[in-house]
Amino acid sequence: MNSNGASSSATDGVRDSNPPKRNSKRPKYSKFTQQELPACKPILTPAIVITTFALIGIIFIPIGLASLSASERVVEIVDRYDLDCIPEQLRNDQLAFIQSSQTNKTCTRSVIVPRYMKSPVFIYYELDNFYQNHRRYVKSRSDKQLRSKASEQDTSTCAPESISSDGSPIVPCGLIAWSLFNDTYSFSFNNEVLMVNKKNIAWGSDKSHKFGRDVYPKNFQSGQLIGGATLNASIPLSEQEDLIVWMRTAALPTFRKLYGRIEEDLQPNQKITVVIENNYNTYSFGGKKKLVLSTTSWIGGKNDFLGVAYLTVGGLCLFLALVFILLYLFKPRTMGDPSYLSWNRNAAGYAD
Amino acid sequence: MELQRFESSAASAMPEKFNKSQRARPKSVQFDDQFSLEDNPSRLIYINDPRKTNDKYEFTGNEIRTSKYTVITFLPKNLFIQFHRVAYLYFLAIAALNQLPPLAVFGRTVSLFPLLFVLFVTAIKDGYEDWRRHRSDRNENNREAEVLQSGQFRPKKWKRIHVGEVVKIHADETLPCDIVLLGTSDPNGIAYIQTMNLDGESNLKTRYARQETLSMFSEGGSFSGLIRCEQPNRNIYEFTANMEYSGMKIPLGQSNIVLRGCQIKNTDWVVGVVVYAGQETKAMLNSAISPSKRSRLESYMNRETLWLSVFLFGMCAIVAVGMGVWLRDHKAELDTLPYYRKRYYTNGRDNGREYKYYGIPMEIFFSFLSSVIVFQIMIPISLYITMELVRLGQSYFMIEDIQMYDSGSDSRFQCRSLNINEDLGQIRYVFSDKTGTLTENKMEFRRASLYGKDYGSSTFMKKTSSAEAVGQRWKLKSEINVDPELEELLQRDLVGEERLAAHDFFLTLAACNTVIPMATRNCSGDEMHDEVETIDYQGESPDEQALVAAASAHGYTLLERTSGHIVVDVLGEKLRLDVLGLHEFDSVRKRMSVVIRFPNNTVKVLVKGADSSILNILESVIDYGDLGAVHSQIRRETEKHLNGYASQGLRSLVVASRDLNELEFEEWQEKYEEASTSLTDRSVKLRHAAALIECNLNLLGATGIEDKLQDGVPETIESLRQAGIKVWVLTGDKQETAISIGLSCKLLTPNMQQIIINGTTENECRRLLADAKTKYGIKVVGHGNKALKKKKSNENILDGCGDKKNSTNMSSIDNRSEAFRNGGITGEICENLPDKVLELTANPLALIIDGNSLVYILEKDLEPELFDLAISCNVVLCCRVAPLQKAGIVDLIKSRTNDMTLAIGDGANDVSMIQMADVGVGICGQEGRQAVMASDFAMGQFRFLKRLLLVHGHWNYQRVGFLVLYNFYRNAVFVLMLFWYVLCAAFSTTSALTDWSSVLYSVIYTSVPTIVVGVLDKDLSDKTLLRYPKLYEAGHRQESYNLRLFWITMLDTLWQSLVLFYVPVFTYSNTTIDIWSLGSLWTIAVVVLVTVHLAMDIQRWVFVTHIALWGSIVTTFLLMVVLDSIPIFPNYWTIYHLVSSRTYWLTIILIIVIALLPRFLYKVLQQLPCGSYYYQYFEDRPQYHLLIGTVYNEIQDP
Repeated sequence: MNSNGASSSATDGVRDSNPPKRNSKRPKYSKFTQQELPACKPILTPAIVITTFALIGIIFIPIGLASLSASERVVEIVDRYDLDCIPEQLRNDQLAFIQSSQTNKTCTRSVIVPRYMKSPVFIYYELDNFYQNHRRYVKSRSDKQLRSKASEQDTSTCAPESISSDGSPIVPCGLIAWSLFNDTYSFSFNNEVLMVNKKNIAWGSDKSHKFGRDVYPKNFQSGQLIGGATLNASIPLSEQEDLIVWMRTAALPTFRKLYGRIEEDLQPNQKITVVIENNYNTYSFGGKKKLVLSTTSWIGGKNDFLGVAYLTVGGLCLFLALVFILLYLFKPRTMGDPSYLSWNRNAAGYAD
Repeated sequence: MELQRFESSAASAMPEKFNKSQRARPKSVQFDDQFSLEDNPSRLIYINDPRKTNDKYEFTGNEIRTSKYTVITFLPKNLFIQFHRVAYLYFLAIAALNQLPPLAVFGRTVSLFPLLFVLFVTAIKDGYEDWRRHRSDRNENNREAEVLQSGQFRPKKWKRIHVGEVVKIHADETLPCDIVLLGTSDPNGIAYIQTMNLDGESNLKTRYARQETLSMFSEGGSFSGLIRCEQPNRNIYEFTANMEYSGMKIPLGQSNIVLRGCQIKNTDWVVGVVVYAGQETKAMLNSAISPSKRSRLESYMNRETLWLSVFLFGMCAIVAVGMGVWLRDHKAELDTLPYYRKRYYTNGRDNGREYKYYGIPMEIFFSFLSSVIVFQIMIPISLYITMELVRLGQSYFMIEDIQMYDSGSDSRFQCRSLNINEDLGQIRYVFSDKTGTLTENKMEFRRASLYGKDYGSSTFMKKTSSAEAVGQRWKLKSEINVDPELEELLQRDLVGEERLAAHDFFLTLAACNTVIPMATRNCSGDEMHDEVETIDYQGESPDEQALVAAASAHGYTLLERTSGHIVVDVLGEKLRLDVLGLHEFDSVRKRMSVVIRFPNNTVKVLVKGADSSILNILESVIDYGDLGAVHSQIRRETEKHLNGYASQGLRSLVVASRDLNELEFEEWQEKYEEASTSLTDRSVKLRHAAALIECNLNLLGATGIEDKLQDGVPETIESLRQAGIKVWVLTGDKQETAISIGLSCKLLTPNMQQIIINGTTENECRRLLADAKTKYGIKVVGHGNKALKKKKSNENILDGCGDKKNSTNMSSIDNRSEAFRNGGITGEICENLPDKVLELTANPLALIIDGNSLVYILEKDLEPELFDLAISCNVVLCCRVAPLQKAGIVDLIKSRTNDMTLAIGDGANDVSMIQMADVGVGICGQEGRQAVMASDFAMGQFRFLKRLLLVHGHWNYQRVGFLVLYNFYRNAVFVLMLFWYVLCAAFSTTSALTDWSSVLYSVIYTSVPTIVVGVLDKDLSDKTLLRYPKLYEAGHRQESYNLRLFWITMLDTLWQSLVLFYVPVFTYSNTTIDIWSLGSLWTIAVVVLVTVHLAMDIQRWVFVTHIALWGSIVTTFLLMVVLDSIPIFPNYWTIYHLVSSRTYWLTIILIIVIALLPRFLYKVLQQLPCGSYYYQYFEDRPQYHLLIGTVYNEIQDP
């Protein structure tokens, strides 16, 4: 019965191949209109499947190993200080401690360098449970105001921190700027101060285009509630790098922000003394504060995830490739065998 | 038979059925929306007195307006029309929500962008189309025609013509409005018109001016009189009016009116009075477009969209509740939380007031609404627009397909409906007309039975191309075979009963018709005779043309026809015959007659018609002794011949005549005159008049006309059958003819058991149906209340389908397919009806049923019985069916099963069936364009159906099915990704992606590849699809789109969205990553992911696909770069920082690989041989066998 169909389709083609008449509606022949464009028809043949899996494995495993070793080489010191920096007697009322202006918030801690840390050593502060990605927070800023003095009045998006009591605009306005982080760190080793470089910790593009040279802080932190750091009103926003870093709001509720760099190599087992001004209030929402010292590598900071993931996926793919090779060896199937067509295999039962 | 005219009488024959079909399809245009003069007052037209005519009634002027808008109304009206679509209303509602201050999730302008974009594009398209309509309207309205103004014909613009004015139209000009003819350049008042613009028929038709009005011209142009006519209606085949003129009441009918859009041909000029103008002309009333249908897949899609709405609702509810819980837990801290701050503490005017905080219940509510805004594209509204574009592209390729171009009629494939392309891939039943669809409808005169003798069977046939045998100066355009024996008979003198019968026989063939002889002088042609005239017979019925041509070949040449007389050249002698009356063919009488007065003043009625209708009204011959015996012998012989013709597949007509005596004639004439001037029930009264004379006829003989099968019909039917499509033939022909055609086109095979239902009463039909059922073991158990049963069985069908879709139980699929194979094509439905037991019979069954039985079956309660029987048969042939019965049969299947139906036909009698079926296909054939106008698709030949269904249908179905699933996936993966992020942002509806990226994602970033793939991708080549028609069954099994695939897709979507979200989150946990960088990463990742996902599913890569896919990734990158280069956005410069980071690239690659790994594995397991599991699983899915099997062969084929 199949031969019938085949022969008729062949004649169909021939029948209409006579040359077109003048003014005829005959469609013009082109490979495009007849859907006969040269096409690539990828089929998942065993060879292709095995090659694909093997290739993924072969490429992924080295990448995984490389990133894992890079991550291993990164030296990271994490020191949580939010609880320890409250004097014992005040631990029952952390909020009172942090909100009071009378208490001494200076706190001295020491960290030990576990391995050799090549400069630059990056200093981060890490906050936890701080939803910098909350919609109310993210929206509460005015990029126009930050950019130029001319748009100083442009505080409509900044509520509830848009204008001061006398109705003049707050510069920089908005919740983000208001809640600027204000703990400070200073480092010393054997009573010798380790210099912290706080220059160029923000993106150059932000400094040059998003924060104006002619915009100076105004009415900042003048409300009843002080959110965080105050700004030096004589320095333009483009130079206030801590603010610029802070205003690049974090994507996730646990985040790090760059504080500065120590541009000295740190030797193993060095004991570094850190003096922390513990000003920032994370106690009201139970957020942790951590100080992080870290070197860097080509994949960034210390994170094994990429390496492990690449290794796992690569390994899995190699395994699959192996499985398919075995399948192919022990249960081969000829390609293009029409006897596998269901109606061919069951021709007798077909009563048409 | 000649059922070209879709008579209203046929409609009234089956009112009950008709009402039912109307209920089923309320929107369909019914062709017989009859007016009745009782309800509507008639329209009065004072000839040549437009002022008086228009004084009383407000008739429209002749200005037409097809455009929808003017400059002023464009904007409001276009917007109003556009917002009729639910999709736009959804857009609008979302955009409006976003304008509310507590909800403003997106920037206000950004949120309006998609809506404005779509509105703008559509408005531009509509505006352009309307501008073109304006232009063509202006051209039409400013054309000029000569109008009688103060005694002289002067040119006047069309738009200024009024009803009642007298216009003069010259040859080859187009009519500006509907006019009643008053006079023509022809002394007899004949005008020839071409109705190409109206119904597409290219042959000329005649229209007459009444003899009485011709005198207006002789009296020097004083036009006066009063026309009383019906209110404007769209029936172009009817006109009922009368005219009062100088004390006479003159009937006017269809033959006296010329409609707007017609062209005058072969007539120097015509003069007529305007009766309908402008929008009231029949042409304008008929310009309605065919009703829109909705595809099956789309309605399934809506069901899944409902599921998506449920997901959307669920997600929004989770966010809202989460928000509520979070607020409750942090209630004490809300005032001071640096990232929430519900109060102002600014010492100013607002001090202490709450900032955007409305209490927990309201916050929950607002949170719900704003998550609706953020997750809005979960409902893939853009899918509707995408699908329209894709279908447009698919239609383009169908139209451009050279293999569906018919060189004979120079017609391409036409897509008249853009909504149902994919339905072509799921057709289960094909209902086909016979004449003109399976056959060519080019009639050839083959056989004649004359005085009990059969002519034309001998092999020695002489071909005559002219009537030269009798030495004449004209010749025919077509060639006719002449039986020498018959020719010899005709050479004899005009004595003897046989010779006289032959004379009357051919005279009837020449006279009893509506054919117009067109003589054209042929100067270039014949060398021997410079003065040879070619006669071309123009007529509405190909049968009649064939008969007249045959008469001419035998020496009876019709030379002239006017309304009053005809001239026939009888063997060289011109005979002028007065035509006293003509009863046209109608589908109730199934015959046609003319009353003729011979030069010797005898009056005869000449009749031709279907055998069933004439044999009943023959003179009874028993009383006539010897002669009677001869006559009854002749009658027996003729009937025998008729059966013989029918079994050879010839169309037979019986010819009879009768002398009328004075008394009979007068009685008839009186009735005829009255009937033809009557305004009400004219057709019924005419039928009564006809009944007076169409009785006691003398049988003259019968004719057999061959209607050739079209090319490739048997092969096509065979292929369709292999594809699991049932072909039912519905024809007006008689049973024997139908069976023989059925055999010759391989519809019926000799080994089939034929079940013939020929009942003449309800009980007989019931008995026949029951007998057939018991005999062939089709049992119906549990006969209860019929209505209940019908409902129940419908439910069962639905259940069955749902079950099938969800079924992952291999063995049940296996069993079903096994039974399916054994039971021929019929098993499927029966199996879904558990209360039926199908006993397998050795031979396939064929059901043959005639129109008479259908009257009893379809109108009574026997429908379920017929249905049970019919679906158990492989082939169903319905003969002698009226147009509305055709629709009734389609409805029988459509209303009782879930299967897709396709009706294909070429004539006006197929219109109702074409509109009733899910897919209507028109053949551009000989019988005009009525069918094409009503159809969804139109083509030149029946055999294209194979390519249309097996190739384009399969492709379209597979493409659209994939498109829909992919679109669901594409939007859902994006929304889910946003959803996971919202869970990490304290349930506040923050989106890490910029507003623009969110909006552009489905509009620009990922839209083009979808469309390109939906138009261009092919799973299998046309050659393969044609070679293995079984592949079509993929559509029957709903392989490309079903609930199971939907859920698999959704699971895959869930996995991919989780990967998409968590891989970057883990990679960048405890880092300085900011919200815009992560958003930018997600944007790129999701675009690349869905594009690569699409790439994995593309089966055929052409360069366009490459451009679209990789192009859209590149476009996305470029747009991101552009958006990140504008300093006022907070995301300024983000992308530049990211691209320099290795982690960024590694993360994207990792996302793509992990996300797509399960899907790739799934595909591999589907397509790779891996043991017995494979065989079981793909038992029923030949498509996949082919992917490894045949296609691979094909590739190896150079």
